[in-house]
Amino acid sequence: MKFLVLIVNRCLWFFPTVLGLLVLTFTISHMIPADPIAAAAGENATAAQIAELRAKFGLDQPVPVQLYRYILLVLQGDFGVSLYTQRPIIEDISTRLPATLELTFVAVLVAAVVGIPLGVLSAINRNSPVDHVLRLVTVSGLAIAAFWFAILLQLLFAMQLGWTPLQGRVDGWGPDPVTGFFLVDSLLAGDLETFGDVVAHMILPVATLAYPAMATIVRFTRAGVLEAINSSYVMYEEAMGFPRRIIVWKYVLRNALIGTVTQIGLIFGILIANGVVVEAVFDWPGLGLYAVSSILQSDYNGIMAFTIIAGVIFIVVNLLVDITHALIDPRESR
Amino acid sequence: MAAETGPTDLLRVRDLQVGFATEGGVAKVLDRVNLTIGQGQIVGLVGESGCGKTTLSRAILGVLPRNAARIAGGSIHFDGVDLLTLDPTVLERSVRGRRISFIPQDPYGSFNPVFPIGSQIMELMKWKSPALSEREAARNTWLPRLHGRRRFREDRARVLDLLRSVQLPDPEAILAKYPHEVSGGQRQRLMIAMALLTEPKLIIADEPTTALDVTIQAQILKLLRRLATEHRVAVLFTTHDLGTAWEICDRVTVMYAGQEMEEAPSDGFFNRPSHPYTARLLSSLPSRDGGLVGIPGDIPSLVDPPGGCRFHPRCDFATEVCRRERPGPSSIGPDSDHVVRCYHPVVDHPRRAAP
Amino acid sequence: MGTLRFVLGRFLQDRVALLGGILILLLVLVAVFAPWLATHPADVSEFHPAERLQGPSAEHLLGTDRMGSDVYSRLLYGARITIAIAVIAVGASVLIGVPIGLVAGYYRGWLSELLMRVSDIFLAVPQIVLAIAIAQTLGPSIENVILALSVTYWPFWARLVYAETRSVQNEIFVEASIALGVSPLRVMLTHILPNIMSSIIVRTTIGMGGTILTAAALGFLGLGPPAPSPEWGRTIAESREFLPEAWWYATAPGLAIFLVVMGFNLLGDGLRDILDPKIRRSRSHGR
Repeated sequence: MKFLVLIVNRCLWFFPTVLGLLVLTFTISHMIPADPIAAAAGENATAAQIAELRAKFGLDQPVPVQLYRYILLVLQGDFGVSLYTQRPIIEDISTRLPATLELTFVAVLVAAVVGIPLGVLSAINRNSPVDHVLRLVTVSGLAIAAFWFAILLQLLFAMQLGWTPLQGRVDGWGPDPVTGFFLVDSLLAGDLETFGDVVAHMILPVATLAYPAMATIVRFTRAGVLEAINSSYVMYEEAMGFPRRIIVWKYVLRNALIGTVTQIGLIFGILIANGVVVEAVFDWPGLGLYAVSSILQSDYNGIMAFTIIAGVIFIVVNLLVDITHALIDPRESR
Repeated sequence: MAAETGPTDLLRVRDLQVGFATEGGVAKVLDRVNLTIGQGQIVGLVGESGCGKTTLSRAILGVLPRNAARIAGGSIHFDGVDLLTLDPTVLERSVRGRRISFIPQDPYGSFNPVFPIGSQIMELMKWKSPALSEREAARNTWLPRLHGRRRFREDRARVLDLLRSVQLPDPEAILAKYPHEVSGGQRQRLMIAMALLTEPKLIIADEPTTALDVTIQAQILKLLRRLATEHRVAVLFTTHDLGTAWEICDRVTVMYAGQEMEEAPSDGFFNRPSHPYTARLLSSLPSRDGGLVGIPGDIPSLVDPPGGCRFHPRCDFATEVCRRERPGPSSIGPDSDHVVRCYHPVVDHPRRAAP
Repeated sequence: MGTLRFVLGRFLQDRVALLGGILILLLVLVAVFAPWLATHPADVSEFHPAERLQGPSAEHLLGTDRMGSDVYSRLLYGARITIAIAVIAVGASVLIGVPIGLVAGYYRGWLSELLMRVSDIFLAVPQIVLAIAIAQTLGPSIENVILALSVTYWPFWARLVYAETRSVQNEIFVEASIALGVSPLRVMLTHILPNIMSSIIVRTTIGMGGTILTAAALGFLGLGPPAPSPEWGRTIAESREFLPEAWWYATAPGLAIFLVVMGFNLLGDGLRDILDPKIRRSRSHGR
């Protein structure tokens, strides 16, 4: 019962936040110093023509009305038309979203699978050489610029050694799009060669994204395990002769993980932020690359659409993380 | 004359020396401590904070902090075997939990908060159930162990039985709950039950009632005593509160600054204390005549402790020999099991009412 | 004063914090003395196309870039930009966010709620996402980068200070002062603020590192100070098309960013250990 109240509470918070985000993006998009209408109308437009164009876009209405219209449209998925491609933005984005999601998901997975055991090891071997090396690695991971790291990896592994492809998501057309997730689609089609190719293209981008995420996970897991190891229940279990392996990997880890799960939200933020530049470096056809090309082409609508979508994704992820946390921590849900 | 140690003694600690590495140097936390516990006896280990009673309990269990603590000498004979000579894995698998179990001071923290109570108790049974043969218990724990359906059912029945005997209402419901959903008193009863479940020969109870409400303390103590007697389990009961020792202990040992001062049956200890420290402690209890008497002076530093008998700086009867060398154990009075380590034991006792 | 000596003493003992401090000191010195340390100070704005893309040599310590300018000198001047952006952006957000947090935390009522809701909306989105939107809208320049970063960072401080203010408020001594009739401003300044100061200092230090990374990313995307600015992120972006041959072109600024951010992170971690052992790894939702 308490658990349901919790979920409803969190969900209720979701809507005003998204609304607030839309107000924010609306405000930002109206801060353009130059008049886009005048720019679109051309140099020789008369005042009357400009006014007509303005009315056509509804920009002659009072601001609250514009805001209201804007919100309605966005909620229906209408992000307007790209000033560059002249196509509805929603079309441009919908093909790219799965690419970003797939990359981010794999990166989180890799970061967690590598980071959590390393965090545990670092904690139980506190102040040993292993611990120091790991701390060095993690501190570096949080200090390195993602785009620079990406370029370095590209330089070393793709250009010098030739071990991985340089950029892109796949050579050729890729598998038949069923879900949009190439890894899944190629397996569904039984096409192992394409699967291998997709994996090869993923290696460097995933490594770039996973490194700072892994660093965060190692740090938080280490802290959580250290805290748990000094707790009374570990002392009790030790006094009662529980096998050491069980104490650490079953009981301590579960407690530490609860803290780590809540960090997934934080990590997702890191990945979305870094995703923009990483996709730029590796020419990964996702949301981030879309943002970059919108920047290059001064496509304000495109940027706003990116902001909204990235923002909503982040908000949704945090909502899911909150719910998951309540699910797995009995202290909250009972 | 040293007290004769009987052949039926369950636990014999002799000359135990433990040091802790601290920033200021090595703290000599236990200085050649002796302790004897007979089969089925309830022994109280009394002393102020820092006297070493918790360290002694941990040393017996073998769970001193690995990095900081060093056992510099002595022996801990349990059931004939010197625990200090055993391999740590043997200690973990065959001794801890199975032969010697533990009741902690902090019942809340001692349960893992994110697992149901029942699953934690059954985990204990999985590894330490009396139904396990010696060989099975000592088996390599790297391989996963299955509880086995039949043994699980037996163990579960055993658990429910014991939960009823510690007077917990509706044991089935409690097993399904999480630690934060039950009260402090209930948790301590669970701890007592868990300590008895593995059918140990000795339970080490580390200040088990300190964290509880005063109103519940007496209940829990009586329960512990009753069950220990029923199951014929010895108990080493550490406390800083003389009153609790009086409640349930057969014998009492008092410690001061890492040295044991006096060991006696309960009656002798409280009515005819021989060691000056014990006498002072008892007289500092509020008595019917009124007036509180403290002991002047401070607990000494363990990094640079006083030589000989560590109480000598604060003792009214201290002489040169007390400074030079620590007195050996000698028995007092007609009972050979009242042992004191003092050159100037108090012999005359004014008649006083029991505390 | 006694506490300052104590902090300094502990600081000098903690090798990690010391390393961080040294790195930052180097950064500041480099930035301040760039005109004297640089071998080709004019290359910040001058081009020598004939010398483009040369490797490291005695004359050009770190080689030349695509315009023939000395990479080393431009690197030093880039430090100035980095410091300017970091200090102003973080400083502004702290100066805006902390008072807002104090006020929102101290008072109850609709204003506090409103301020926190607004902060939450900003914090609901990763900083760089909003910063891109703002910087793109306003046009690429160093001022707009600073503006974008400040606008998206102050809510973090507001939230943080709000939470800490609320928790300090429950302390007895604060209640006592309020009961004695001390004015709210004095309570905030003399009782609440000192208690949360160490938390603010630690996070400011670490925040500098994060801000530098975000600023560099904006520069990389072309949203920072425009050419011919020697800003580090932009330089890395420029270098891309000349890889792998002109490796020095990309490596130098990236390494500089790394060392600087590392310095701030180490310093922040060290300060955290020294100043307040009660500040454990934050268990807040990281927003």
